[in-house]
Amino acid sequence: MRHPFLHWLLRLPRHTAFLALTGGAILLALPVVAMLGGQAWVRILDLAILYVFLALGLNIVVGFAGLLDLGYIAFYAVGAYTWALLASPHFGLHLPFWVILPIGALLACLFGVLLGAPTLRLRGDYLAIVTLGFGEIIRIFLNNLNAPVNITNGPQGITLIDPVAFGAFKLSGRTELFGYTLVGPQKYYYLLLALCVLVVLINYRLQHSRIGRAWQAIREDEVAAKAVGINTRNMKLLAFAMGASFGGIAGGVYAAMQGFVSPESFSLMESIMILAMVVLGGMGHIPGVILGAVLLSILPEALRFGVVPAQQALFGKVLVDPESLRMLVFGLALVLVMRFRPQGLWPSRERKRELLAGEEGKA
Amino acid sequence: MSELLLEARGVCKHFGGVKALTDVSLTIGRGEIYGLIGPNGAGKTTFFNCLTGLYVPDGGGFTFDGQPLQADAPQKAAVRGIARTFQNIRLFGQMTALENVMVGRHVRTRTGVLGAILRNRATREEEAAIRRRAEELLHYVGIADRAGDLARNLSYGDQRRLEIARALATEPKLLCLDEPAAGMNGAETEELKVLIQGIRKDGTTVLLIEHDVKLVMGLCDRLAVLDYGQKICEDVPAVVQKDKRVIEAYLGEVPENA
Repeated sequence: MRHPFLHWLLRLPRHTAFLALTGGAILLALPVVAMLGGQAWVRILDLAILYVFLALGLNIVVGFAGLLDLGYIAFYAVGAYTWALLASPHFGLHLPFWVILPIGALLACLFGVLLGAPTLRLRGDYLAIVTLGFGEIIRIFLNNLNAPVNITNGPQGITLIDPVAFGAFKLSGRTELFGYTLVGPQKYYYLLLALCVLVVLINYRLQHSRIGRAWQAIREDEVAAKAVGINTRNMKLLAFAMGASFGGIAGGVYAAMQGFVSPESFSLMESIMILAMVVLGGMGHIPGVILGAVLLSILPEALRFGVVPAQQALFGKVLVDPESLRMLVFGLALVLVMRFRPQGLWPSRERKRELLAGEEGKA
Repeated sequence: MSELLLEARGVCKHFGGVKALTDVSLTIGRGEIYGLIGPNGAGKTTFFNCLTGLYVPDGGGFTFDGQPLQADAPQKAAVRGIARTFQNIRLFGQMTALENVMVGRHVRTRTGVLGAILRNRATREEEAAIRRRAEELLHYVGIADRAGDLARNLSYGDQRRLEIARALATEPKLLCLDEPAAGMNGAETEELKVLIQGIRKDGTTVLLIEHDVKLVMGLCDRLAVLDYGQKICEDVPAVVQKDKRVIEAYLGEVPENA
């Protein structure tokens, strides 16, 4: 009996197998190549892939179950602070990652249910407003839980957070491997990549299962879904809980990678960014969501690197701050996509058909 | 009449001041095709909605299959074995015909999150069984060739059939059809009649709301007639047809010396 993975690979059409192998090789070589441009580029890669992870987590809630969640970053914050509090000098705790990550995921999951339970009857705009409020509440709590008992250290945030470590092998700092020196961000890249592969697999399998079909049914017609016996309450809570757990895991890794967390990393803007990644790429379609996350996380950084030198060359000084330009370009991109490609950049076939049929209907 | 499957006792439903249902009692025997008719706005669909848990009745209740029916959530009714179709078809439009029926198997299958993620042997076998059953049901209602089409792209008649297949996928003891022949032409209605007779023959009791009098009279074993939320008659078609109050409800009062 051959190994299932090998079996699967051999059964693929030849060009698909070729694409999968080249794609894999490129993904593995990326941090080595990016390192040629400096460690900053590897960090950008890390963040991009972290956003892919987050976007796929949110995709379960928004894309599969059709629940508009504008406070997703709150779960990320819960995960990040769980790691920060359990592995830093702040409380003097230094638990290993295999204890903290599950705790972070579970806590985030609990918060997901906490948010989901009272909002079950809400849909669309109303749900969006409540989730938006929830996200802000978490951030404000983190900002203010430094008195009377100092839990989160308030706006200063928590520093000197432990890196991810497997025994004595730490993901921060340098490691010699076959004569090549791996820097911290490169090692985190491989961890994040592995996590991403896992979340893609989970997304894919959930989508094509009894659970995924039930979510889609709820998205399409909740009354009909109930009538065929789907417990819509539990299914929605499940979507919230699963999305939140992934947010929690991402948050934990983020805290360990940065070594520092503060409430300002978890603003409403971040929630909107992640939602935009899901929508821009093509809601509910896994490759689309990945594309959206990569584009929206890399483009602003590229802008930052390109805009300042360009302005200096043209005008001799920096006229427009790249940060504000980023918002401008970002807004423009969203407007353009919504105008010319409302189905997202890379939608699933069904969704494409849906929107095309809608336009024919209007004509 | 054979063994009792459903008993409704004094079901009432009010919407503000409007009494949509007043004290409606009826009994449906196992294996019957039971018709519920009445003029527009008589409360037929309201009765359906109470039975299938979409509405909570203000008074009265149901006994289904020997046990009281806690009709406060639609999914509970489905679990107990009551399936329904909707007057204005409610399919999952962006899913294929096959997927629609597969969703119907949800309530009789078990795969959870962990099973779905691990996709272990039990999950794969269940998934295959779901697909097989869904294909059978599409064949049963006669739209097997449309399995891969999106539900929204099916013709009107096929959508009605698909809704029946989806309802049958939940393995109901009682199948409630809300105006299944609405918008169908003569030939389609005749095919529908054969289908409903087949469903009964295969052991499922059918409750039917219908406007097409010819279909109802030819198909149903017994009928109940609703008018202004009250049951005015319940009997075999031949008797109902001659009932004075039924004729009045449909045609208006018959003059004394007509």
